[in-house]
Amino acid sequence: MDSVMWSRLLTAETLGFHIIWATIGVGVPIFISLAEGWGIYKKDPHYILMAKRWTRGFVITVAVGVVTGTCIGLMLSLLWPQFMKLVGNIISLPLFLETFAFFFEAIFLGIYLYTWDRFKNPIYHWLTSIPIIIGSTLSAVFITTVNAFMNTPQGFKLDKITGKISDIDPIAAMLNPSTPSQVAHVVSSAYLTSGFLLAGIAAYHILKGRKHDYYKKALRLTMISGFVLAILTIIAGDLSGKFLAKHQPAKLAAAEWHFETQTHAPLIIGGTLDEKTLEVKNAIVIPNVLSILAHNTPSGKVIGLKDIPRDEWPPLYIHYLFDIMVLIGVYLLIVSGLFLFCLIRKKRNEWNKWLLRSIVLGAPLAFIAIEAGWIYAEVGRQPWIINKIMRVDQAATTATQVDSMFYLFTALYIALTLIASMVLIRLFRNKGPEAELEKIASHSSGGMKNAT
Amino acid sequence: MPLELIGITVLWTFLYGYVIIASIDFGAGFFSYYSMLTKKEHIVSQIIDRYLSPVWEVTNVFLVFFFVGLVGFFPDTAYYYGTALLIPGGIALLLLSIRGSFYAFANYGARKSRIYMFLYGITGLFIPASLSTVLTISEGGFIEKVGENVVFHADRLLMSPYSWSVVFLALVSILYISASFLTFYADKANDIQARDLLRRYALFWSGPTILASLLVFWGISKHNPEHFRSMLDIAWMFVASLICFFVAIYLIWKKKRLGLAFTFVMLQFAFAFYGYGFGHLPYLLYPYITIQSALTNSTMGWALVIAFIAGLCLLIPSLYLLLRLFLFNAKYVQGRK
Repeated sequence: MDSVMWSRLLTAETLGFHIIWATIGVGVPIFISLAEGWGIYKKDPHYILMAKRWTRGFVITVAVGVVTGTCIGLMLSLLWPQFMKLVGNIISLPLFLETFAFFFEAIFLGIYLYTWDRFKNPIYHWLTSIPIIIGSTLSAVFITTVNAFMNTPQGFKLDKITGKISDIDPIAAMLNPSTPSQVAHVVSSAYLTSGFLLAGIAAYHILKGRKHDYYKKALRLTMISGFVLAILTIIAGDLSGKFLAKHQPAKLAAAEWHFETQTHAPLIIGGTLDEKTLEVKNAIVIPNVLSILAHNTPSGKVIGLKDIPRDEWPPLYIHYLFDIMVLIGVYLLIVSGLFLFCLIRKKRNEWNKWLLRSIVLGAPLAFIAIEAGWIYAEVGRQPWIINKIMRVDQAATTATQVDSMFYLFTALYIALTLIASMVLIRLFRNKGPEAELEKIASHSSGGMKNAT
Repeated sequence: MPLELIGITVLWTFLYGYVIIASIDFGAGFFSYYSMLTKKEHIVSQIIDRYLSPVWEVTNVFLVFFFVGLVGFFPDTAYYYGTALLIPGGIALLLLSIRGSFYAFANYGARKSRIYMFLYGITGLFIPASLSTVLTISEGGFIEKVGENVVFHADRLLMSPYSWSVVFLALVSILYISASFLTFYADKANDIQARDLLRRYALFWSGPTILASLLVFWGISKHNPEHFRSMLDIAWMFVASLICFFVAIYLIWKKKRLGLAFTFVMLQFAFAFYGYGFGHLPYLLYPYITIQSALTNSTMGWALVIAFIAGLCLLIPSLYLLLRLFLFNAKYVQGRK
């Protein structure tokens, strides 16, 4: 393999690994803050403890997120020097701002961790969680604008002959057409996934026979917000679909194996494709839905792949990734919706074993959806690194030792996964919240209600 | 002031910030592990932990700032350095990853593990070595442009006495900077035992630091005489650096005003660092990239400067809060809070 392929593999591997931790890093602070805020408001030590315990695990994941984020930041220049040389000037503002946001988060995470008992009024401590949320979410926003720029570049002039870039408008480059839908989808899905991660943990313990109110409260908090977030994520996904139909038809068409430009385009789920005859078999075909997805009306015309030059087609396997992402999104909506339904209709039992199992399953599924969604979004842009501007093979490094770097980092990521999981398990195993709550209750005798 | 000069000054300042903060951090990690080995853990580890825990994440950001800003202001550097530095950069990244994550594993995990502490302590010594190769490479002679390709001569780097003198300087100065800071911190905590131990470290590493600086001077004069000459033009900065060194050592020796002593350590490195950097101008990579040739777009340059100022307005109060809460809070430092 040449260094282009190795560079692609190493970038894919690093990003694929990073987004697991980055998703947790963006989403979990919301829930920590929600729990602490609600606990202070209700004077309920269960929620405060929830925030504390979530934070303990969060720090471990943040550390891995930080280091892998540094890796991908530097790898951009190491593996794709031609790309950075060309557009480094355009994307450096959001990259710079992302670092600022991260800096802000890092400072306040340090403060949050070490001031649990420093302030007389607990509100002050809770307030330091707000900059963490702002910082982590904004860094997701800024970095997503860079990715959005690669999908729909704008805000500069390219001289085709000299290959030089001029007339840069940094703000226009950041606020490119992809930005709104991509940012909305990235942020909402990160929140949703983190919600399901925390819900899955609570549900798992209830299934294991833990009866304490703590778990039920945790599950209610995460599932109620999870339901709202699932709706928001699906809306954001729908916006992305409409955006693709307009600005990146190749990606949408490849995802849907949509070859002929037509109105009343059907949505295809699953199936197999004969790459030579472009015949789709064994698929579930839902008439009109792709047109509705793309244009809100069955008579909307969706551009097919045959209208796009063959050497600009993305790989067609992304269809499956798209399906996985969408189906999991719907699954998460149904599960959290069912939980909510049972919660409101008192006659139903929201602690139904099958429902709890579905929630536990939802946690890994949500992460699979994140991975599938990102691979779909990235591979769907092939063969371009910057859509219609620069091809991937023109951007990669000419250095020859990328393969050894790939092995080195593969080993690192495997080790980090194993050790981080081990540390997290050790951190919580045999250290349930029940004992901690008893300790709190015996320390503050009386006063607090609900402190059972 | 022309934009490119503002740009490089901002970036150089970030790099200086990183040098100081990371030195404290790297050195502390090493001392932490060393004290574990020599069974003096009970003396210094608490002091080190109390300082490091709230700030470890901030350190990394200075470095990220520097390289993101460098590529932003001067995208040509990405092309040359990016191609050439795949191996040293990759190794530095690997070490940074191990160090960052193992800090969290060791300190926020369920228990202290010797292996985690070892990895955390030892990587801190190798990171400055691998990062300092960038400075060496910037002197020219290791990267060559052949046609459209950039070729990196790793063998020349490994054989160069100059490159090794820089690595040596990086190593000993982190131990010196770190020990002199921790001496001050332990003194504030009224921890006499820890202070005296750390003070001994500081005095011990001061000699090699000065020796290494002289070696680097000699190395530059051999390797890049042009740079050496322009450094001689501003020789007063290096003299000032040396004076600051003597003041700092005198104060540490006398156990007096250790905060001031650390300030002089910072000044010592500031004079040397800015003197070195100023002498290096206008080259970012000798002789291929100068700050004028690399600055290709001024709109973006100004946008970055504005973003930078806006960011500082947000960061300085937050950093101040962090320092107030942890570094300059007597109760926290002494372990009462």
